[in-house]
Amino acid sequence: MNTYPWLTTIALLPLVGSVIVALSPKHNEKLAKSVALVFSVVTLGAVISMALNFEANSQEVFQFAESYTWIPAFGINFSLGVDGIALVLIALAATLVPVVILGGWNEALDSQGSVKGYFALILVLESLMIGVFAATDVFLFYVFFEAMLIPVYFMIGRYGGPQRSYAAVKFLIYSLVGGLFMLAAVIGLYVVSAQITGTGTFDFTALVGLDIDPDIQKLLFLGFFFAFAIKAPLWPFHTWLPDAAGQAQPGTSVLLIGVLDKVGTFGMIRYCLEIFPAASTFYAPVVIAIALIGIFYGGFVALKQTDMRRLFAYSSMSHFGFIALGIFVFTSVGQSGSVIYMVAHGLSTAGLFIAAGYLMSRRGGSAQLSSFGGVNKVAPVLAGFFLIAALSSLALPGMISFIGEFMVLLGAFQQYMWVGAIATLGIVLTAAYVLRVYQKSMTGPLNPECEGMKDLNGREITALVPIAALILVLGVFPAPLLNVINPAVDRLMTTVGVTDPEVTYPILSVPASSEGGSE
Amino acid sequence: MNTFTAPEIDYVAIAPILIVAIAALLSVLTETFLPRSVRRTVQIILTFISLIGAFVVLVINRDIRTITGGGAVAIDGPALVLMGAILVLSLLSAFLIAERSLDSLGDSFAPSAAALPGSVDEREYSARGYFQTEIWTLFLFAVLGMLAFVVSNDLLIMFVALEVMSLPLYLMVGMARRRRLLSQEAALKYFVLGAFSSAFFIFGAGLVYGFAGSISLPEIHDALASTTGETLLIVIGMAMLLVGLLFKVGAVPFHQWTPDVYQGAPTPITAFMGATVKVAAFGAMMRLLYVAFSGIQWDWEIILWVVSILSMIVGSLIALTQSDIKRMLAYSAIAQSGFILVGVVAASPSGISAVIFYLIAYGLVTVGTLAVISMVRDSTGEATHLSKWAGLGKKSPMLGAVMAIFMLSLAGIPLTSGFVIKFSVFAAGIAEGDTWLVIMAVVASIIAAFFYVRVIVVMFFSPPNENTASVAVPSIFTTITVAATVTATMVLGIIPQPMIDLLTNAGIFIR
Repeated sequence: MNTYPWLTTIALLPLVGSVIVALSPKHNEKLAKSVALVFSVVTLGAVISMALNFEANSQEVFQFAESYTWIPAFGINFSLGVDGIALVLIALAATLVPVVILGGWNEALDSQGSVKGYFALILVLESLMIGVFAATDVFLFYVFFEAMLIPVYFMIGRYGGPQRSYAAVKFLIYSLVGGLFMLAAVIGLYVVSAQITGTGTFDFTALVGLDIDPDIQKLLFLGFFFAFAIKAPLWPFHTWLPDAAGQAQPGTSVLLIGVLDKVGTFGMIRYCLEIFPAASTFYAPVVIAIALIGIFYGGFVALKQTDMRRLFAYSSMSHFGFIALGIFVFTSVGQSGSVIYMVAHGLSTAGLFIAAGYLMSRRGGSAQLSSFGGVNKVAPVLAGFFLIAALSSLALPGMISFIGEFMVLLGAFQQYMWVGAIATLGIVLTAAYVLRVYQKSMTGPLNPECEGMKDLNGREITALVPIAALILVLGVFPAPLLNVINPAVDRLMTTVGVTDPEVTYPILSVPASSEGGSE
Repeated sequence: MNTFTAPEIDYVAIAPILIVAIAALLSVLTETFLPRSVRRTVQIILTFISLIGAFVVLVINRDIRTITGGGAVAIDGPALVLMGAILVLSLLSAFLIAERSLDSLGDSFAPSAAALPGSVDEREYSARGYFQTEIWTLFLFAVLGMLAFVVSNDLLIMFVALEVMSLPLYLMVGMARRRRLLSQEAALKYFVLGAFSSAFFIFGAGLVYGFAGSISLPEIHDALASTTGETLLIVIGMAMLLVGLLFKVGAVPFHQWTPDVYQGAPTPITAFMGATVKVAAFGAMMRLLYVAFSGIQWDWEIILWVVSILSMIVGSLIALTQSDIKRMLAYSAIAQSGFILVGVVAASPSGISAVIFYLIAYGLVTVGTLAVISMVRDSTGEATHLSKWAGLGKKSPMLGAVMAIFMLSLAGIPLTSGFVIKFSVFAAGIAEGDTWLVIMAVVASIIAAFFYVRVIVVMFFSPPNENTASVAVPSIFTTITVAATVTATMVLGIIPQPMIDLLTNAGIFIR
């Protein structure tokens, strides 16, 4: 047991960095960017050293737990702690931030806002993202959840494309409405805890143990789920995402879709499932239906997009369908698969958007598919990275997303065969739109306007190498991830009170913890 | 013949009230004897010294718990905190009243309230650059009435305090420099309806006396405790007393005056009464109900349940449709009265501290919001129509940010005081088993959030147009008020525990 406040340190580091970046001299943009990069790398280093101290099979629910009284009158504490799922997502966030800073080095140049402001906002956002995954107090989680809106709003609204105001406002309003319902449910949860125990509490661990009346559970579940479904976003709460992604800088989109939207799915698995087990099983069929619709709706709409960024947004919506599906089929394979899928999607989204950003910077900011063609002839390295990210997005075996998607589908088959069968068809759709993007932009005859396009420089390659490496390495050897995720999922299944169904048809043994050795 | 013995009076305990009373009288003398040129300076100094002095004495007196003046005045924990709240909120409002930089014509008040609107006299006074300073005298008397209101321990003192508080307010409402007809109409409505509700109060007091044989709150309680017979008379009397008080806080169905008065009154006066009258009236209401009528709690609980739900729902729904920001705030004030009543109904120590916290934090936000409104102007004076706020946040980001914080606080969003106070009253309500009332309150909060957020949306997300108002540069007075209220709103939202502890230690109303 170590007592060093790891999580507070990790959450504060980027915040300190953002203050320094914001205070840096106005005209020395390079200095501001370098400071931001250094802080994000140091944060990543801290996250890695914390992860090395993580004990996968610990008996504790949350490790590195810290708690400070905040408003004792309402039972609110500043409590942080991580289980395997949160740890993996924090690591994802900490990995993507330096990548985004490096990849988006020149992003904010011709925007309305200042360059250092953009990088300061990225660091603020990182701080809040770590906080939201690490919070073990429901109220604290809510505060982080809502506070994240502020930096993202400014990142879209000040640094985005021509329609940025509209996109930022739409994003804000959708999120605020979801947040209001969640706030009502958070208060309701306190009320329920006060009625059951006599003193109200927001402590996650205490709330999990409560025996809440199923009817009340259903109401409160809806409050939380609504906010998460907007954040994730699931069909039909998704319309803000394509607008936001289509207007935001690619770096903003990476953080928005790659990490921020994971808060929605993370919220479902952590809060909806564990605190409201009865309601979760009650609503599971509905959520599964929504997820299936999302898989196909997102896929079909993606097929028709002409703007790469909007296309990736719709494809993400389809992927979020898979993630939600894995969570709500209530099998351990499906849920572990969902978490892997979250990581995989974060990495491939980062690869795609950053590559798209490189393409845009070479074509005067256009992300239209028609602006490109035959790029692999002039910029083979760029095309190569794009291909890796794209193949990861369609879950090619050997890539990490294959593991996630395979496990989700396996979990679905175990529980409801037909759901699994239908979802599997989504893979075909994914392949279709991903390959279409690659074909239209990278292959074929060279678009005359792409003539003389420069290939990637050292900085740009450095940003993409870690992404590609992680996609491939974890795709072949996912054990480090599964080792920390599986115990958390097992505990979760026990809390929810469900067990894996008896499998009545022959399947291969689960490629889960059985394979992986100890770390 | 009975010999009359003068009651013992603990002058130290009531010193804060006496200070304000003396200042009010000196203020009358100032108006009478000092030349016009020095009146304003003297009045301002007098007001500020007396309010600050009273507050300092209050802090020194913080451990005093006594009933004095022959049982007519109760100084207890809640009374001290409420008096403190009234003094602080009055002080912050006084800054707004003293403001002279915002309006090109001078301050917010008619140079001579007696001159007919649009008459030659009025133009004459205006042209000569006259300013009236009677507003300060009225202000001090109103503060005096409020202070007496929250400590009054018998029905007669309570009625006198109610009138001392109300009469100056009626006048102050009618004194706007611009849009005088609107202002005078508001004053008349407020006066007529206010007088009517006062009549209810005094009639109720008569009925209660008929039952209990006393006007002293503790003795009414004893009479109720020892009675075995019919209580209908006292229930009716109590209900009529409540009508008088509910009118003052603008609870539905006694709310009709609120929008007109909020809109018509000079903005500094709207801020003053919007914040402090609620403190005084809810303070008096709690004392009345908890000290005198705890024996018939079932009867008043059901009345307040209904009034609370009606206020929250009606206030929130009508506010949604408002296009004038002051009228919107008026309906918001009606809804907020409903939220406060949730805490009053709880009738527990935690309920008392929750209500007082609510009154303080809400009062601060109200003063701050109206201070911001007083800065937003166009050529015709204050621009209160929401369409003129379009894009204001882009034109002046600081003002927009401050207003946004106030709106988020009114909507009850975490990290602002608005969340903490709503949460406190809801928690108190739940603890006393008023679950359904709290559920209604949460629903109403969600509805209410929309119109508060709409102001933010209009300010930041609508493009500025040629109608967009501009922001006048205030003097140090308004700046102090805005800075203080916005700071308090944030601090009470992020670290509310010290305030909660203070109010919990203040304890309950003594009998």
